[in-house]
This record gives sequence, C-alpha cells and structure tokens, in this order.
Amino acid sequence: MSDAKSSEKPGAVMAGVTQVVNWIDARMPLVETYEYHMSRYWAPKNFNMWYLFGVLSMVVLVNQLLTGIWLTMSYVPAGDKAFASVEYIMRDVEFGWLLRYLHSSGASAFFIVVYLHMFRGMMYGSYRKPRELIWLFGMAIFLVLMAEGFMGYLLPWGNMSYWGAQVIVSLVGAIPVVGADMMEWVRGDFLMSEITLNRFFALHVVALPIMLIMLVFLHIVALHHVGSNNPDGIDVKKHKDENGKPLDSIAFHPYYTIGHDLPAIVLFLIVFCSVVFFAPEMGGYFLEPPNFEQANPLKTPDHIAPVWYYTPFYAMLRAATYPLFGMDAKFWGFVVMVGAIALPAVLPWLDRSPVKSIRYKGAISKGMLAMFIVSFFLLGWLGTQAASPFYTLLAQVGTAGYFAYFVLMPWYTRVEKTKPVPERVPA
Amino acid sequence: MKRFLMILGFCALTTPAALASDSGVHLEPMTPDHRDLPSLQHGAKLFMNYCLGCHSLEHQRHVRTAEDLGIPTDLYQASLLPAGADMGSHITNAMPAAGAKNWFGAQPPDLSMVTRVRGTDWVYSYLKGFYLDPSRPLGVNNDVLPNAGMPHALIELQGVPRKVCKQAPEGGRDGLSGQPMTSEQCGFIEVEAGTGLLSAEEYDAAVYDLVNFLDYTGEPYRLDRQRIGVYVILFLLVLYVFTWLLGREYQKEVH
Repeated sequence: MSDAKSSEKPGAVMAGVTQVVNWIDARMPLVETYEYHMSRYWAPKNFNMWYLFGVLSMVVLVNQLLTGIWLTMSYVPAGDKAFASVEYIMRDVEFGWLLRYLHSSGASAFFIVVYLHMFRGMMYGSYRKPRELIWLFGMAIFLVLMAEGFMGYLLPWGNMSYWGAQVIVSLVGAIPVVGADMMEWVRGDFLMSEITLNRFFALHVVALPIMLIMLVFLHIVALHHVGSNNPDGIDVKKHKDENGKPLDSIAFHPYYTIGHDLPAIVLFLIVFCSVVFFAPEMGGYFLEPPNFEQANPLKTPDHIAPVWYYTPFYAMLRAATYPLFGMDAKFWGFVVMVGAIALPAVLPWLDRSPVKSIRYKGAISKGMLAMFIVSFFLLGWLGTQAASPFYTLLAQVGTAGYFAYFVLMPWYTRVEKTKPVPERVPA
Repeated sequence: MKRFLMILGFCALTTPAALASDSGVHLEPMTPDHRDLPSLQHGAKLFMNYCLGCHSLEHQRHVRTAEDLGIPTDLYQASLLPAGADMGSHITNAMPAAGAKNWFGAQPPDLSMVTRVRGTDWVYSYLKGFYLDPSRPLGVNNDVLPNAGMPHALIELQGVPRKVCKQAPEGGRDGLSGQPMTSEQCGFIEVEAGTGLLSAEEYDAAVYDLVNFLDYTGEPYRLDRQRIGVYVILFLLVLYVFTWLLGREYQKEVH
C-alpha cells in the first residue's frame, strides 16, 4: 500500500512539472531554447583543457556580479568617505573582507581566464571564418573588461588608485588639439576628484556590467549559431549522421557541462580560494601596497605601476620614446598602446593559412606564436618595473615582437608549408 | 598545456616581489604572529602609551581590539581606553590636523594599515633606526627613512642611540695570523649604556610586539580568513573527488 503511494507521488510531481513546462512552451520556446543551447548543442568531441576557460570566465563574471552587488550596499562613492567605507566593509560588515577579496581577486582571475581563453582562440584559429563575429564580440568584451577593471580600480580611492587613474586619464591629453579639453571632459574636473570617482562608480556598477552581459550573450548566440571550433580546426559539420548530428560531436549537456566543466570549475575554485583566503594581496600584484593608503593628490607613489593585467600594454606605452612627424613621444606611445589592444580584432583577416589550428600550421607560425608569448610575458614583467634605459630597450624589442606576430601574419601564413588536416577527428 | 604551465610557473618564480620599496637600506626581517596574544596585548599597550598621542588607528575600533586580543572590557576601559572615548569608537586621538602639520611639517599618518603599505620589516627596522642628529629640528634622524619628521618616541625605552665608528670585519682574513681582517667603519647605531629603561633585547622584543600589533590592526580578520579558508579548501577538495567521479561516468559514454 505504502509502496504504491510512494511510486505514485513522483509520477504526480512529474506530471505537474510537465504541465507547467507545456504551459510555458505554448507561450515561449523554453524546451527548444534549452535543447538548442544545451542538450542538442553538438560540440566537437576532441575539446581539451584549453576549452575550459570560456566557462571559467562565466564563473568569474557571476562572482564579480554577485560580490559587486553586495559591496555596493556598503560602499560610499564620496571623496572623503570611499577609502574608509572600503575598510568599513573589510572590518565591520559580516564577511565583508570575504566579499572584497573575492571581488579584488576575481578581477585578476577574470583577466587570467580571459587571456587564456583568447590565447586558445589564437592557437587553434577559432577566429577564422565563419567565427569572425564571435571573435569581434570577444574583443569587445575584452575592451569593456579593461574599462571595467580600470574604473573599478579607482573606487577604493587608495593612493595607487588615484595616481594610476591619473596617469591613464592623462594619456587622453596626448591627443593633438582636443587632448587637453578631452582630459577635462573625462575627469569632469581639472584634476582627479570626487566627480571623477562618482562617474567611474556609475560606469563600473551600471553601464559597463550591462554592456558586458549583453556582449557575452551575443558572443554565445553567435557561437551556438556556427558551432565550436576544435583543437584540430576540423569542420565537424561536414560529416553528419541521418538525424543531422555531426558524427564527431557530442551533446554539450551533459557530456561537457558535467563530464568536463563541473570538475574543472571546482578545481579552479580551489586555486581561486587559495588566493582569496591565503594570499589576497598576491605579493603586491593583486592589491598594491600603496593602495592601503588613502588617495593623496600631493603625494605621488615612488613608482606608479598599473595592476598586472594592464602591464604588457603599459610597457608598450612607455616603449615609444621618439617624437615623430612633429608629435611628441607620449602621443605615439598612446597610439602604440591603442594599436596593441585593437590589433587582435583584425586577426580573422590577417590569417591567410589554409588551415586553422597551430597543429597543422608550419614552423614559422609556431615560431611566431612562441615569440608572441615571450614578448607578452616580457612586456608584462617590464610594465611592473621602474623604467631604465635597458628596460626601455627591452620593451621596444618586446613591442616589435608583439606587433610582428600580427603585421607579418598575412605573409608567413601564406608562404609556409602546412600539414594536411584530416577529414575526421582523429581517435 | 603542461609545457605552458611550466613556463608560467617559471615566470612566477623568477619575478621578484612586485613593487617592493627599494630604498636601498637593509631591513631586518620581522614575521608577525597574530596568535601571540601576550605580544599583541603588549603592543597595544605600547601603542596607546607612546604612539596614540600623534598617530590614530582610525579604521580600528576599541571594542574589537579588546575582543580579538582577549582583554576583558573593564580592564581595557581602565588601562587602555583614552579618557572620553567609548568602546565602540575608532582608535583616534585629539590632535588637531592643522596644528600637527605646523609642529611636524606633515600630519602624522594614520597607522591602521601602515604594515600593509610599508611591510612589517620596514616598520620594525624604522623603529630601530633612530639615532641622535643635532642637525635635525627634532634632534634625531632615521636610517630607514632619512630626515623623518618624527621624534624618537620610544627613546625612554631604548636609551640614547648614537651613530658610531668601530672596528668591524672586512670579509677577508689576515694572511699571517689567520685572524679576520677588520677596519674602522662608520654608520653603526649604538645605544649609550644605562640611558634606557629596557635592555637591547627587551627593546627589540617591545618593538616586535608593537609592530605585531600594528600588523594586526592592518588586517584584524586575518586569522578568521585563514581558519575559514582551510575548511573551504577541504570542502572543495571533497567536492572535487565527487564531481570528478561523476564526470568520469559521463566521459565513459563518449567514444
């Protein structure tokens, strides 16, 4: 009797659920959307570890949004209160220190996973046709993320916040003719002030997160329309079974979501939480020492360095030391930096190789990619150091290496000998 | 991937600690210990007696200090709480900012997070780096922060420190006698015997306690953070085992 009852009950619950789903389905494509993006989204079966950084970016994004909401509840964006309000969060708000460290470490984690995610795309040619738009949306995400990180860094109103922002905003001043006025327009004042803090706060907590979420949405819509690339750069849609499912693909859910991503997310959280709980300052890289001192317009830190994730671009900015065509070096530094950030966007049109993945490209491509990595790390390290003539020279070499990877790409991808790409994904 | 991680690890190892303030002065290492309550209590006492006149801890509250350091409220109120302050308030003083600027050339900085800005080694060495210098307005100078605008607040504890020259080893050995070679070198700080309340060892210990306390006020939740962190990591490790086993079941179905 009781047996019959217990077996009846779940049936009744399931019937109820089905009814609700049917009700919704008649009014919007719930099941269809779920299948399109999850259970019937066919992903190539040969994904490797590099394919985890997309989902990890989403995990960090959610972390930033959630901790950000709670930080906003106690943060005060006022010139004389901002710094103290952050310390208030750290000391007097229940688990406030945890929220703040999750958010500050999350910013660094965001750039780590996004850089690795972008590098994956460069390595396997994920930007190639028909995925150009995914790449462009991704680049837009990267730009917004840089702006988001930059504006967020001003909010604690520490001395490095203040002077770092001052240095970067003053770059606008290098633009000829309109530079000085634009600088004032960006700051809203004649110097970095509470007005600047307030507008950066508005952009950091409202405008840029909305843009970020929209761009991530578009990034994924475009991805699911054309399908994922894979480490071999093979077009898996060429060989399908009678139901239209690509033979070398598997359902994204559950084989990737639970089969690969879930344990990887936990592994990532172990590393992430190790930083949050045991090294939130990360030796001065994630939280810089001068930032534990309130912003002081009269006291410049000994050595102004941006947070580590901007340092490769900062090093390129400083690498330009010659005036040219009547423009001073600062302007050219600005141009070089903007160019370095924007150049990856045109990768889909620079790469002329008949193959997508580095696995089948020739020796020059492999060498150039290796040189790109070395240049990027070198520049990243140089950006944390005080400038010296030798370091400036190194930065110039690194900048040349960085740009050569992109500028020479149309040439070296065409002339080199590539390996034949197999028709099907190798077992 | 493996190779990439190795390169990454190598880069991390070979990169010197970022942004360390390199004034060129040798700093004595000081490792804080937030579990050492007697040390923190002694440090708090020193701070209230010798530092609070000029320096505040404007982000730290009395009540939390008493709780974290295990000092009973009535004892704290009787011996450490400044007159007129209440337990819930921040540790501040009554020095007027404008006056302070006039007297010292700059307002004495708030010390809530001084060890997070400068590092514990720096603060420890700074407090041991004072010496008499009649050319300075306050009569003292400092090795770690030359021309510091601060008097030697702990001079009654340490005694009178002077810069001296003395015979010191040069590094080599005498070829005939085999004795270490020495020469007269200057720049040593020596304390005039009998001028301080504390011996050299006691003074070092007192400075250690004071810096330990300042490090505590920089991050009063550090022990909580580390304690909770252990449980979080243990939980995640267990979770990883189960998610890995679950993931493996799904991977088995993929051919």
